[in-house]
Amino acid sequence: MLKLRVIPCLDVKDGKVVKGVNFVSLREAGDPVEQAAIYDAAGADELTFLDITASHENRNTILDVVNRTAEKIFLPLTVGGGVRTVNDMRTLLLAGADKCAINSAAVHRPELINEGAEKFGSQCIVVAVDARSDGKNSWEVYTHGGRKPTGINVIDWCKQIAERGAGEILLTSMDRDGTGKGFDLELLKTVCTSVRIPVIASGGVGELHHFVEGAKAGATGLLAASVFHFGQFSIAQVKQALADAHVPVRLNI
Amino acid sequence: MKQPLRVVVIDYNGGNLASAERAFRYAASNLGQDIDVSVTNDPETILQADRIVLPGQGAFADCMHGLKNIPQLLDVLEKSTQKGTPFLGICVGMQLMAERGLEHQTTNGLGWVSGEIKQMPAKGLPLPQMGWNELQFKAGCHPLLEGLEPNVHAYFVHSFALTKADPKDIIATTNYGGEVPAIIEKGNRIGTQFHVEKSQKVGLRIIANFLNWNPTSNFS
Repeated sequence: MLKLRVIPCLDVKDGKVVKGVNFVSLREAGDPVEQAAIYDAAGADELTFLDITASHENRNTILDVVNRTAEKIFLPLTVGGGVRTVNDMRTLLLAGADKCAINSAAVHRPELINEGAEKFGSQCIVVAVDARSDGKNSWEVYTHGGRKPTGINVIDWCKQIAERGAGEILLTSMDRDGTGKGFDLELLKTVCTSVRIPVIASGGVGELHHFVEGAKAGATGLLAASVFHFGQFSIAQVKQALADAHVPVRLNI
Repeated sequence: MKQPLRVVVIDYNGGNLASAERAFRYAASNLGQDIDVSVTNDPETILQADRIVLPGQGAFADCMHGLKNIPQLLDVLEKSTQKGTPFLGICVGMQLMAERGLEHQTTNGLGWVSGEIKQMPAKGLPLPQMGWNELQFKAGCHPLLEGLEPNVHAYFVHSFALTKADPKDIIATTNYGGEVPAIIEKGNRIGTQFHVEKSQKVGLRIIANFLNWNPTSNFS
């Protein structure tokens, strides 16, 4: 049976791990490669690096981080942040990433999804969707780290992402990110029933039962940053909580 | 001095080969094995190799087309594996070992194992299958699985799978809405539907077993 994936995410800025609350105030917290090795040993099912300042700054630091990580960690590694072109994807894949997460650039030019999927295979292309509720059971796509509204409906966009050949969707609730209040379950359920490709839920976990709720809402991967990073929960604790709730997880690594 | 083991990772469609290359180096260094890994499509280097690795991602037809586009590559693969050089196909590289693929259009494969590559029904489940799934096999059934117990996890990413296979060629399966071939073998030719290079300790162990494997003795 396929197991639910528990995916720690490292937000990286200038080669250092950071994690913000609602994407604003950034607290610095360590070396990403060292952190990745700890997660690898602790039973993470995948790793994700999001280069959060890549839209604005020199992003060669992330290539070095990816390269050093891939030398010794043999888990699927997703890297996102500032990926604008097929060439950016190639650079990341050559550095050792297995998947590229694209966000703003895909909204700006959706053909990028097709091009990436054709060039490198669907499995390499993760489309990150930052969603914000409009308060009426509908959600809008935001870009640029959650700063820019686009007027695009999240469900329409997710269907389009799947049709264009992406391998999976990384769905972040901007309302919940960094709040510790749990995933936006309505959003998650609606997206999971609208597309067949796997959906990774992100944004908002603060309690162990939030992971269980995310899995039961249909996500096949659960991504979290701060709860792991600041040691609130270990990966083993999260997996045990999932297993106790009869969600299939990989316990023997 | 003992020659290093020459491993070639075949470069044929511009895919991401860095992961496979790194995993082989790492597994070899764990074994204390002197290894020379090259990512290449040079026929001469492939003929000289002690181990051949064929990764693959994307569509079956594109991959097969990529192989055919490189002069002599198909002949060399046939020749080397005929003489017994251990071969490992990974993901689409494994699928190419089948008679044909039905992704987009019908495309002939290498024809080393019977069966065809078809989209999984996976009723009610997401496609692609993406993530960790268990390997079912009989303990001790094949040197490639030495040191591993049934139900260990491997990392899969695929929507298509081998169907109409000869059960004798299947040495491990997984379950995704039904039984799915996970490892296939025909003599010295072996293929994994999952990504050995991304399957952490289990994957590294399989790679190490592949490096240690000496199937030529069964070859006539």
